[in-house]
Amino acid sequence: MLEVESLHKSYGTREVVRGVSFAVSPGECFGLLGPNGAGKTTTLRCCLGLTRPDSGRIRLAGNAIPQGARRARYRVGVVPQFDNLDPDFTVTENLLVFGRYFDLNRRDVRARIPQLLDFAGLTERADAGIDTLSGGMKRRLTLARALINDPIVLFMDEPTTGLDPQARHLIWSRLKSLLGAGRTLILTTHFMEEAERLCNRVAIMDRGELIALDTPRKLIETCIEPQVTEIFGEGMPAWIEETGRALAGRVEIAGETAFCYCREPDELLRAAGRHSGLRALSRAANLEDVFIKLTGRDIRD
Amino acid sequence: MTELLSLRFLHIVRRNFLVWRKLLVPSLIGNLADPLIWLLGFGLGFGAFLPKIEGVPYLAFLAAGMICYSTMYSASFEALYSAFARLAIQRTWEGMLHAPLTIGDVVLGEWVWAALKSVLSGAAILVVMYALGIVSGWQPLAALPVVLVTGLAFSGVALVVTAFAKSYDFFVYYFTLAMTPMMLLSGVFFPASGLPATARRLAEALPLLHATELARALTLGAVPVRPLVNVAVLLSYAVVGVGVAGWLIRRRLMK
Repeated sequence: MLEVESLHKSYGTREVVRGVSFAVSPGECFGLLGPNGAGKTTTLRCCLGLTRPDSGRIRLAGNAIPQGARRARYRVGVVPQFDNLDPDFTVTENLLVFGRYFDLNRRDVRARIPQLLDFAGLTERADAGIDTLSGGMKRRLTLARALINDPIVLFMDEPTTGLDPQARHLIWSRLKSLLGAGRTLILTTHFMEEAERLCNRVAIMDRGELIALDTPRKLIETCIEPQVTEIFGEGMPAWIEETGRALAGRVEIAGETAFCYCREPDELLRAAGRHSGLRALSRAANLEDVFIKLTGRDIRD
Repeated sequence: MTELLSLRFLHIVRRNFLVWRKLLVPSLIGNLADPLIWLLGFGLGFGAFLPKIEGVPYLAFLAAGMICYSTMYSASFEALYSAFARLAIQRTWEGMLHAPLTIGDVVLGEWVWAALKSVLSGAAILVVMYALGIVSGWQPLAALPVVLVTGLAFSGVALVVTAFAKSYDFFVYYFTLAMTPMMLLSGVFFPASGLPATARRLAEALPLLHATELARALTLGAVPVRPLVNVAVLLSYAVVGVGVAGWLIRRRLMK
């Protein structure tokens, strides 16, 4: 469905994509993860032919990109990071006008609209203005609009950023039903939970490079110790140096909390329990731990 | 080449037309009522003190100039403020580029749309001229194609300005430093022939003078003195404008 090979892109002297390669199969949900500035959005833009890469090879839905990008986009839906719904039109008009950009005739677009409004949960708001919609509704309408051409592959740049948990869960359920219907999904996200729930495979990008690519489960199995114990409270730094470090496999201190990664946390937990000022919390490692381990704890701006 | 010759830009024209239809009343007042108020106020009020200019009453002289001024204003406004809103504020163009439309389609569509919209403004003045009995017969209608080419020229140039704009404030430079002086140099309100030689030479290079010359001759029943030069200058601004705008906007968006 999508093949990307040794993609490179620089802005001036800053190389933002440095030799990225991956392939997405039909029906797959593929997640592109990475801190801000990792090159995710630039990679997506290159895939859609909206940015010209310096080098590399891309094929999307059977078309060479960027040469065949316009043709490829007949079969692609895009949910951008920032909504670009037409504020001068109603909900229905947004779908109608956008459908015409795909050279679809008015009758065919009209016929698809009730189904798309139903999918987006916006049937009641069919004639509402865009500025009366909540953030979640706008996102759902953007998603419905991306489906107007019945695409085989959907690109989504941070589809749930800025939404409350209810709205986010609703989007996730809609995306799952799209996957159930056999569509291919390619998304970027900061939410590890989102990636873990939806994606068959995730690629972690950092500083323009792909540093890991596998199923979420495999990444957790291979990249990180299975258990994480978070220790915090009074006297934590001294205790970690005297006792904790010897019992934990690997320790990272972030602010007031020590993250201890190990195979068997029992001994560590018992030792921490004997120290009155400390609190310890043990849990299974998740994708976020993998992400932090691979990309570091520094803030990226 | 087939990519270049496509009619896909009509999707953009159509989208803008549908929005325009929704905002018809304020749009008409802005584009039609404003120049008409100026025309009647100035033409009748100021004109009462004036002898005939170039052989016609001042109101007629001014009305012919107002056709071009109104066209210039309307095309520029649309290709500056409205196009910038669709480029940067509402991200309408971004959405179009996610569909199977290209930057070329978008720029071409905006160019043609702004020109078509400006034809309405220019034509409205012509209608008023008929209504007031300033003009009659068929020949004044020959000014309409001139209005279209004038619209294309100003919409092309304005899109170049829009390609550089970071905010709406940027357009003040263009309005104040380009359009206002051009208006005063180009024989809209008074004959350009009375200007100092330097100003006169500068005006020769500007599109509005050529639009005014041609439109005034055609509406007031005269034979245009140098129609080919007039049309060539207007067409050059139109074609070079939209070409440069397309190149700049591609550079801005394809980054």
